[in-house]
Amino acid sequence: MKRLRASNVGIAIIYLVLIVWAIISLIPLYWVFTTSIQQPDEVAIMPPKLIPSVISRYLPLRLAGEKEAATALVDGALESYRLLFRKTQMNRWFLNSLLISISATAGILLLDSMAAFSFAKKEFPGRDFLFWVMVGTMTIPGQVLLVPMFMVVRELNVVNTPWAVLLPQLSMVFGVFLLKQFMLTIPSELIEAARIDGASEFGIYWRVMVPLAKPGLATLGILTFTSSWNSFLWPLIAIQKSEWFTLPVGLKMLQDQNLVNYGLLMAGAAVAAVPMIIVFLSFQQYFVKGLTLGGVKG
Amino acid sequence: MFKRIWKARSGYLFILPKFILFTVFVLVPIVWSLFVSFQEYRIFGTEWVGLRNFIDAFQDDLFWQAVSNTLRYAVVVTPASVIIALVLASLIHPLRAGAQTFFRASFYLPTVASSVVIAMVWRWIFQTRFGLANYFLGLLGVEPINWLHSSAWALKSVILMAVLTPPGTGIILYLAAMGSIPDSLYEAARIDGANRFMQWWKITVPLVRPTTLYLLIVSTIGSFQVFDRVMMMTQGGPGYATTTIVHRIYNVAFRDFQFGYAGAMSMLLFAAVIILALIQSKLVSSDVEYKG
Repeated sequence: MKRLRASNVGIAIIYLVLIVWAIISLIPLYWVFTTSIQQPDEVAIMPPKLIPSVISRYLPLRLAGEKEAATALVDGALESYRLLFRKTQMNRWFLNSLLISISATAGILLLDSMAAFSFAKKEFPGRDFLFWVMVGTMTIPGQVLLVPMFMVVRELNVVNTPWAVLLPQLSMVFGVFLLKQFMLTIPSELIEAARIDGASEFGIYWRVMVPLAKPGLATLGILTFTSSWNSFLWPLIAIQKSEWFTLPVGLKMLQDQNLVNYGLLMAGAAVAAVPMIIVFLSFQQYFVKGLTLGGVKG
Repeated sequence: MFKRIWKARSGYLFILPKFILFTVFVLVPIVWSLFVSFQEYRIFGTEWVGLRNFIDAFQDDLFWQAVSNTLRYAVVVTPASVIIALVLASLIHPLRAGAQTFFRASFYLPTVASSVVIAMVWRWIFQTRFGLANYFLGLLGVEPINWLHSSAWALKSVILMAVLTPPGTGIILYLAAMGSIPDSLYEAARIDGANRFMQWWKITVPLVRPTTLYLLIVSTIGSFQVFDRVMMMTQGGPGYATTTIVHRIYNVAFRDFQFGYAGAMSMLLFAAVIILALIQSKLVSSDVEYKG
């Protein structure tokens, strides 16, 4: 970027602004983790412990040979998590969320890649019409359809089951659009060649299109997993039985029942946030690709 | 015709599973939503009530309170998030690749951690006696503020939290748009003696206008549907000080079970969002063309 190579002062100012803003941006997440590992009697104190005792005092204590005090410190730091996993249904909610998010991701990848293959590479009457009907509904925000959606789910008798959360996620059309755009860039000659070699239509889909569309599938998979894991409003409506809560809904209940136990609440929040942070840091490029592909929709 | 359809049957078969789900969980709700708002749901059967649900909405003080809260939120948060995204992206763009990745990740992380988690921690940060916000204000000598439990501050707190949470998606989209602006344009401007700010104002800002429009529309829709953070931080309170439209719809539908009335409010929300999106695209759009 030769054009913007500013003077050193300019660059310093840019870095300063960005670093300050990045700190503001990351303080909430920092506070989630540090609160969750504070000693129970140090969570709600003034002034707050900006660095938890277990981090600031563990090493000095070990070096001073006070092994028992150091162990007690670690024990105190894990107290909120112990409470979380022993006294609440956190294990269950975590598994529910994992189960639903993985199923949603696998299902979306299969269904959407099949539909996208057909829309991108096959000729049949009504193809473009069907595609635009599907994509056209993307302009309607989901929140507008909460009531009729609930009625459909109630008619199907799946309220209070994981299906009530999973099935509406599987019916989202964003992935069909994204994968179709991606598959249009795969040359049709490859399909013709496979057909001449005697491949069946399903064989072409499975052996030619799916391997070639892998970058697109990875992008969609990661976006689907994240949005499924984080979705809140619909699961809150569709499930009232705590045994089938997803993590965000479970956190809501945890907060309603433990309004002021911030150590416990932040431990729960950390458990919900960590998988997303790991997924994001490992697959950052796919997030960028997914957002830019999705952002330029026609 | 039938022969053509039969010959192309595999095309339909590949779409079929998705289309069945799409019909049941997207098309049917869309069609159903057209009826719901004109009906009243009772334990025994439904009744057509014409426009009464809409009239009720217009005469309901709580609905207007929710509209006013939502508008106050949207009027600040929408432009703030677009402008912050544009400024931060403009600052990140000239940096080296490694620094770009670092800042992009720092600004996107809060977006990726669920909105429920972020709202929960802000509720803790805004806690009156032990919260981080009042602690930092105290260092500056400011008296503690009753952030979430006073009607004067509750909505402002939610807005403040929304503005301070960086617009991760917007930053990424702006960075992508800025990356596709040809260098030759900046070179030409430099030869003409334009300084860096003029280059930004006359080249970058106009050329990322499609992204600006897209973000304006998306974040308007987003702020009109704000729910998660209100639900987790204040439950719409104290009183109705932070009740938003979607929060109101949620309560009317799933706490009071007035489906018809909630449906009518949903239709009004949808109409408002569509009208705003059309106005914005008229105001902001202009054909952007440049050759790379």
